[in-house]
Amino acid sequence: MIYQDSNTILEVQGLRACVNGKEILKGLDFTVRSGEVHAIMGPNGSGKSTFAKVLAGHTAYEVTAGTAVFEGRNLFELAPEERARAGVFLGFQYPIEIPGVANSQFLRLTYNTLQAQRGKEELDPLEFDDFVREKMKMLDMSPDFLDRSVNEGFSGGEKKRNEILQMALLEPKLGILDETDSGLDIDALGIVANGVNQLANKDNATVLVTHYQRLLNYIVPDFVHVMDAGQIIKTGGKELALELENRGYDWVGTEYREAMTTV
Amino acid sequence: MSAELQDFVNQPYKHGFVTDIESDVAEKGLSEDTIKMISSKKNEPEWLLEFRLKAYRGWLKMEEPTWSSVHYPKIDLQAISYYAAPKKKPQLNSMDEVDPELLRTFEKLGVPLHERMALAGVAVDVVFDSVSVATTYKKKLAEVGIIFCSMSEAVLEHPELVKKYLGKVIPAGDNFFAALNSAVFTDGSFCFIPKGVKCPMELSTYFRINTEESGQFERTLIIAEEGATVSYLEGCTAPAFSSNQLHAAVVELVALDDADIKYSTVQNWYAGDENGVGGVYNFVTKRGLAKGVNSRISWTQVETGAAITWKYPSVILKGDNSVGEFYSVALTNHHQQADTGTKMIHIGNNTRSTIVSKGISAGVSTNSYRGQVKITPNADDARNYSQCDSMLIGDQSGANTFPYIQVRNNSAQVEHEASTSKIGEDQLFYFAQRGIDAEAAVSMIINGFCKDVFQQLPMEFAVEATQLLGLKLEGSVG
Repeated sequence: MIYQDSNTILEVQGLRACVNGKEILKGLDFTVRSGEVHAIMGPNGSGKSTFAKVLAGHTAYEVTAGTAVFEGRNLFELAPEERARAGVFLGFQYPIEIPGVANSQFLRLTYNTLQAQRGKEELDPLEFDDFVREKMKMLDMSPDFLDRSVNEGFSGGEKKRNEILQMALLEPKLGILDETDSGLDIDALGIVANGVNQLANKDNATVLVTHYQRLLNYIVPDFVHVMDAGQIIKTGGKELALELENRGYDWVGTEYREAMTTV
Repeated sequence: MSAELQDFVNQPYKHGFVTDIESDVAEKGLSEDTIKMISSKKNEPEWLLEFRLKAYRGWLKMEEPTWSSVHYPKIDLQAISYYAAPKKKPQLNSMDEVDPELLRTFEKLGVPLHERMALAGVAVDVVFDSVSVATTYKKKLAEVGIIFCSMSEAVLEHPELVKKYLGKVIPAGDNFFAALNSAVFTDGSFCFIPKGVKCPMELSTYFRINTEESGQFERTLIIAEEGATVSYLEGCTAPAFSSNQLHAAVVELVALDDADIKYSTVQNWYAGDENGVGGVYNFVTKRGLAKGVNSRISWTQVETGAAITWKYPSVILKGDNSVGEFYSVALTNHHQQADTGTKMIHIGNNTRSTIVSKGISAGVSTNSYRGQVKITPNADDARNYSQCDSMLIGDQSGANTFPYIQVRNNSAQVEHEASTSKIGEDQLFYFAQRGIDAEAAVSMIINGFCKDVFQQLPMEFAVEATQLLGLKLEGSVG
């Protein structure tokens, strides 16, 4: 939601980034203020997921130009774990599996790590158990899920719920959800979206990276951005998503190139 | 491999220090005279000297094995001193009399002996170099008829038992290194659990090589009579020397009817530096004979050290319904080489064996699992389950699996599963994105990977094993 007294959470300017020497992001500007929900849409290969990973600090990507200021700090000077501790959360498109490590163990480690960083109280296993079960109800997750190995043998929907559960535990300033809707059936989509909506408040912000408009029926964005060839080429309100659903992406690119040639 | 991960796996060896205790070191070299010297130093009976000399004469005709995947320059066995004993060889009645320097050594290792004993109720037979200097809880064990002492002591005080079992599971001529050990072994542990006795505590031995260039030839013998039960813990750490040290131990286990022997090892010999200079050559022969009906022998090992590990703790399943188990974690880094696994030889009817092997390779190390499952023609309804998993850290290490399966009885059921996984950038990024640094991430991944093996270890040993992998586990084990 757009608030009058909002603060800037993230401001990205002129961002360029490469992977294996190939430039993927080619001068990207992007601003997020507290309380807002942004959707980044675009065709496959447009650089949406790369943008999400660059913000979170994936080591495979090299930032070659531009700045990103997160809550007054230079984001690119922070290691990935420092960004997480500062409040950047990335919900993964393909969460990894960790055989032999109980989900409860992993969740408590990440929770306590961030609590310690914020100078807040860490929870022992029993306290944490109560705490996490409460959060799990919101996502309609069965308790046996805590004893299973992290993401091992999870269905696509279970993995995505686990990502949102982590977001609920970590309470980030900026939640970036990379293709969270992929692999979800319609019921799971509703549950996951409901979780995301419940977590949104006037102090944090959410960025949804998605290919399809479907998710945006459940999580209503304040802004919709269209990415193409490593740049944001169009920004609009929620109605832009519907237009994209009806007309596809090509026309946006055509319009953009025409506008560029006129200039 | 990311720089962070590189740093983490390249942490220096923490136990590299030399204890300053005066040593009585024999002249380098091996001959019949050396063997006679060892035997006479230890006041051994004539039959044992004969055993040694026979082994030596057999060994002279043997060739060093070359079938494994480990590579190393030829060991100059004449450049090794075959006997080293702490000069202050005290007759001790209590721990207070132990050389304070020695106690401090254990402190540095994180094994405060008395505290450990008090907390865990562990009887520790401390083998420091080749001679036992402290044996504890002996009286308490003696009350139930258990003999737990150094091999030298057993030879003098229980010669009939030693004579009956020594070299019966692993004959002197079994292999090159076992033959060498049989000729020159200096000390080790002896453990005898009489009929019907359940050993009331974990028995534990700490081995340490302390004198530079002294070969260590441990000899351990554990016998569990009918219905007896024992859990034995062997832990090893060694100081950081630059020259290679040979460690050729022999461990023999015998389980009679309904007996149960559980043998756990944490091995952390000096592995050499990051360029592969120095480190212990660990050529060990370990074998258990599940002789009686319903007997069970279980090996659990956590191998983290040594420049070269060549070790196949095996079980001969002779008694009907006998059970053999092998649970292993082998971690190699830098230039370490490990070729380890097991042999399960099924002879009795309805015998069962389980093999769970977890190999972790980092740096430019190689880690091989080599295991044999043999079902002999008379072994009806034998069953084996093998699982061999490898994990690679970075992209320069190697992992191999060499299963040898010989089935000569149609009623057998043999299963083998194998997998390979990798800790790479994406795994670490996932953890980092949750605020968890690389060290804690690797720790968690490795401990999850090794869980099936760690849960076989006694509790306090499992904790130590985790530490010895150089990893910290946050919070309680789920």
